[in-house]
Amino acid sequence: MNGPHDMGGMQCYGPVEPEADEPVFHGEWEKRALAITVAMGGTGMWNLDQSRFARESLPPVQYLSSTYYQIWLAGLESLMKARGMVSEAELECGKLDTPPVETRRPAADRAAMKAVLATGGPVSREASGEPAFKVGDAIVTRNTHPAGHTRLPRYVRGKPGVIAAVQGFHVFPDSNASGKGEDPHWLYSVAFKAEDLFGAGNHEVLVDCWEPYLERADA
Amino acid sequence: MGKDHSHDHDHSHLDGMELKVRTLESLLVEKGYVDPGALDEIVETYETRVGPRNGAAVVAKAWSDPAYLDRLRENATAAIGELGFTGRQGEHMRIVENTPEIHNMVVCTLCSCYPWPVLGLPPVWYKSAPYRSRAVSEPEAVLAEFGVTLPEGKTIRVWDSTAEMRYLVIPERPAGTEDWSESQLAELVTRDSMIGTGLALLPDEVA
Repeated sequence: MNGPHDMGGMQCYGPVEPEADEPVFHGEWEKRALAITVAMGGTGMWNLDQSRFARESLPPVQYLSSTYYQIWLAGLESLMKARGMVSEAELECGKLDTPPVETRRPAADRAAMKAVLATGGPVSREASGEPAFKVGDAIVTRNTHPAGHTRLPRYVRGKPGVIAAVQGFHVFPDSNASGKGEDPHWLYSVAFKAEDLFGAGNHEVLVDCWEPYLERADA
Repeated sequence: MGKDHSHDHDHSHLDGMELKVRTLESLLVEKGYVDPGALDEIVETYETRVGPRNGAAVVAKAWSDPAYLDRLRENATAAIGELGFTGRQGEHMRIVENTPEIHNMVVCTLCSCYPWPVLGLPPVWYKSAPYRSRAVSEPEAVLAEFGVTLPEGKTIRVWDSTAEMRYLVIPERPAGTEDWSESQLAELVTRDSMIGTGLALLPDEVA
């Protein structure tokens, strides 16, 4: 979806302004927002790509005027409401008015959470077939504008590039976010020239692209 | 868990968020979706145990130990795991090495992907629209805002973390550190130097 989250190349946001003291958290609520978001992800009621899509799907004005943890919370509320896990009234006043739904995984306790954090959730899968491209191959990214979730940024669509690395066989977010399964594909780092992307610049930009995003340059 | 945060002023908005999140947390606990102990574990992990000193240890070892650098190049996830740094948002690590010819810089234009086990949680600027929008289109200008000017002729390579690959920049080792120990070297490795918005400190910049 061409949403406000897809920021690469935008020119309207002003300079980067690092904070002077850079606290890890700004207020107690940010700690709890992080913790709630991570812990709720552990219930298995949605996957990483669905949580990203929920955040991207917030109204653009809300997305752009929220802090990152506010975006996380709004995405979380939307995921929970869509699954009947909480009601609007419950979120308003904090009083339970509907019974909990059964989650795919039970709530992790402290020890289980420690293990989960230390392990993470790898998205590499056993490969099926050979990669279509090898390092050095010239490609063109597809000029595609799906209404759903995608990880091919707008600034890099329909652009020529060169395969810089084959990264593995990874879960495909476009499918995983739509609930159609992991549908893993080969993942590549693709090198683009700044001039091809933005009309100027001497630098290179490397973008991780799944095979369905790419076509052979001479095709 | 320390709920009584110190009060500064001008944060009626913050107070609103404090209330909102407290309400949400108690609701989710009451519903049995989350365990309060697990929430504390998450906060403590990222507040006290995981941060850029982890990444600095990786870089210092990479500078000191050629065999370790080879393992990082071969399989960064495993080599970083040797030092005990594993897990969420670091499942698929890759190092990118700065050289006299190449300067690497990392961004996530689509959200805020960042290698948590080695750098901790991302700073606000990394998640902000100015950085996400301009790091790919005008990295020299962004670097200038961090006070970094690269030598003439050096090529900037910007890595947009669009997948689950997480990139750790290995900055150039400063001259004059040939006989330094790993722990001394780690003092030179700033967080920004591992994102690529900074360089490693010079020997005379540390006390």
